[in-house]
Amino acid sequence: MSSSENSATDVINFFIDGQPVAAEPGWTILETARHHHIHIPTLCSHPAVTPWGSCRLCVVETRYGKRVQVIPSCLNPPVAELEVFTQSERVKNVRRWVLEMLLAECPASREIKKLAAAHGVTATRFAITDPEEECLRCGLCVAVCNEVVGVQALTFGSRGVKKVLETPYRVPNNACIGCGCCVSVCPTGALQKRLDTVRGDLSRRTGHGFAH
Amino acid sequence: MGKLKSVAELESLRAQVLAAPDRPVVRVCLGPGCLAQGADKVSRAFKAAIQERNILADVQPLIKETGCHGFCSQGTLVNLYPSDLFYVQVKPADVPEIVDQTLREGKVVERLLYADNGARYRSAAEVPFYKLQHKVILKNVGLIDPLDIEDALKAGAYRSLVKALTQKTTDQIIDTVTIAGLRGRGGGGFPTGFKWRKVVENARENPGPVFIVANGDEGDPGAFMDRAIMEGDPHAVLEGMAIGARAMGAEQGYLYVRAEYPFAVRTLNIAIEQARALGLLGQDILGTGFNFDVQINRGAGAFVCGEETALLASIEGRVGEPVTRPPYPVEQGLWDRPTVINNVETWANVPHIIDHGAQWYAGVGVPHSTGTKIFSLVGKVKNSGLVEVPMGITLGAIVEEIGGGVPGKERFKAVQTGGPSGGIIPYEFKELPPEDLKLDKVGLQPRGFMPMELKNLPVDFDSLAQAGSIMGSGGMIVMDDRDCVVDVARYFLRFLEEESCGKCLPCRLGLKGMQEFLNNFSQGKGAPADIDALASLGMALVDGSLCGLGRTAPNPVLTSIRYFRDEYLAHIVDHKCPAGVCRDLITYRIDADICNGCTLCAKNCPQACIAGANKEPHTIDQDACIRCGVCMDVCPVDAVVVA
Repeated sequence: MSSSENSATDVINFFIDGQPVAAEPGWTILETARHHHIHIPTLCSHPAVTPWGSCRLCVVETRYGKRVQVIPSCLNPPVAELEVFTQSERVKNVRRWVLEMLLAECPASREIKKLAAAHGVTATRFAITDPEEECLRCGLCVAVCNEVVGVQALTFGSRGVKKVLETPYRVPNNACIGCGCCVSVCPTGALQKRLDTVRGDLSRRTGHGFAH
Repeated sequence: MGKLKSVAELESLRAQVLAAPDRPVVRVCLGPGCLAQGADKVSRAFKAAIQERNILADVQPLIKETGCHGFCSQGTLVNLYPSDLFYVQVKPADVPEIVDQTLREGKVVERLLYADNGARYRSAAEVPFYKLQHKVILKNVGLIDPLDIEDALKAGAYRSLVKALTQKTTDQIIDTVTIAGLRGRGGGGFPTGFKWRKVVENARENPGPVFIVANGDEGDPGAFMDRAIMEGDPHAVLEGMAIGARAMGAEQGYLYVRAEYPFAVRTLNIAIEQARALGLLGQDILGTGFNFDVQINRGAGAFVCGEETALLASIEGRVGEPVTRPPYPVEQGLWDRPTVINNVETWANVPHIIDHGAQWYAGVGVPHSTGTKIFSLVGKVKNSGLVEVPMGITLGAIVEEIGGGVPGKERFKAVQTGGPSGGIIPYEFKELPPEDLKLDKVGLQPRGFMPMELKNLPVDFDSLAQAGSIMGSGGMIVMDDRDCVVDVARYFLRFLEEESCGKCLPCRLGLKGMQEFLNNFSQGKGAPADIDALASLGMALVDGSLCGLGRTAPNPVLTSIRYFRDEYLAHIVDHKCPAGVCRDLITYRIDADICNGCTLCAKNCPQACIAGANKEPHTIDQDACIRCGVCMDVCPVDAVVVA
């Protein structure tokens, strides 16, 4: 470890895949890895919003003393001397299964196909329910709409396997200012097709209430 | 009666209650099991019969509607005081006889006594089902009238709160709970005293209010331990919370009760009002300057809200979805303040620890798992119901001695402990070939290994974990040879899939995916390699999911693969379901030698696919048969066989 890194007292020194790394206070393991050009795949992580931890592709195996865990790197800050493994069997097992299931869940998404292929997953054993589906319900669009834009034009409806992305009361709504932030953060491009269901037909929008 | 302004006033009220003249009491169990069998009608019948006869005016017997007595398979249960008679399976029609014979004449109605193996038992204490039990938490459940605080005071309620307020410092309370070794009864088994200490430390660093929460969101199918406590002895929970509040300096408590428990909500609300009226909750409790109040929050039907972070989100009014820990609730819980969240049963333990002392409590059970635990014993056992046993008792003792063994001629096969997220562990020892630890081959940690017969497996937190299961909240489902593990695993996965919040991908997609595997198996499809694939998918859920729901959901699958791989192989390779459950792999056949041609099966068949003349052997048209099993159920001579 270089002496310049050690000079800052509150820098956290730990290891990723055996390589010594240093994290600024407040960084997560994922941020530290990216800073050091160590690749960890993610779908639901975006610097603009608070980490949410829904895709679980960024899981890493950590060892601290005797304690071995598999945790999402986007949510967890490192501690000094922590050993992080981004390619252990347990980690790869989670990633491969999530990607294989995503191939069935979002069969229309090119991005997911590419990401899965990069991890050696090219086919899925699971049943495809909607061949046109691209949305993986990662929640980035909901978070950016709420946290960054400051409105709640988008939300999740239902629960569990029935969870869907929709607008409040399932009607196009006034809250949407048509900024397109949701489209730009969407990891699969699913929002592009849906934007009009959120903001409605702009030509019929009056500015006072919503005529339709 | 107004607010009690001092401890002396409470004790004088208690003395006054205790001094009341002794009256005969009829305790009718109004627990969920008995209620389903018409316990409310039995209770009404008692009141009507006594009023109608009027002969008993001088004795004035008291009809008490109590919480669960535990012996649910024998409901409606009636306990008599002072004769200590125990009547089972009481119907409203039996009531006049009990009133005339027992209450008036003092005679025993023999036919209503519990009979087993030729013996009749006069009192509950003699019944084998109760004999091995060690009732601490359930002692007053079934004894007191849960809607009457005076009855609770008579049984000693709020004695421990007085002790905590007047004789112990806050540190001493926490130390007592720590030394007693109390561990969270919600399933996690986290040391309660440690948790409380953390809250105090965090509040010291970051001054402000702290909150305490009781988790009564009991959602496991077939489990009703917390319900029995909340409906049978609500003051024990309130008292436990008050003691905890005193120890941690909290002034507000929240009782989160699931929506499906309207009786528990009603009982707790009445209990809270009565406690407030007496000044046992509210401002300046018993003149000691201690303030504490409790509010009830009703769940909205989501199983996942039993997970602590989801529960706190629900109380705050947000969507009931778990968030990642850390920060733990003891650091940032309700409104980002340190919050302690314990199960209802854990809270109900606290007054007993303060009352009898840490050493007494630590002496019950085994080291590292002290005290007693309530289980709901259901499934293929003769005596099903609620049992409270000391930790460390063997599973065999619970299932065979308390449970009374399997009701039919089948053999015990397995026990599922800990609800839908628990493991299925085999009753008899299974030699596990080394290659059976297949999970190791993909580099995964082996989970659970049971080196002994289940009969001798001690029921405590650590032994159950070692066997690949969990204590959970205390569900215990017994299975016999007619239960198919593939089908059982599929059932629990379906339940958890329904209840998953859908936030993280491994849980939302994985529970669906695991079911696809199991659905294939139950239809005889798939390859042996798929069993290993399913196990590794299960491990992906264990490692990848956000909260406890997803992390424990694969347990039934993983343990059944481990211990019953042969049964999985029978489905896939031989296309047979050894237990005769999976519909696509079985056929119903009528044994012509046994069939007496009573036509009952043909009359009841929903497909009308059973043919045969009166008094002649019948046959089933296999092409039309939907394998519903109705013919088997109705056959009086057991001529219908499944293969």
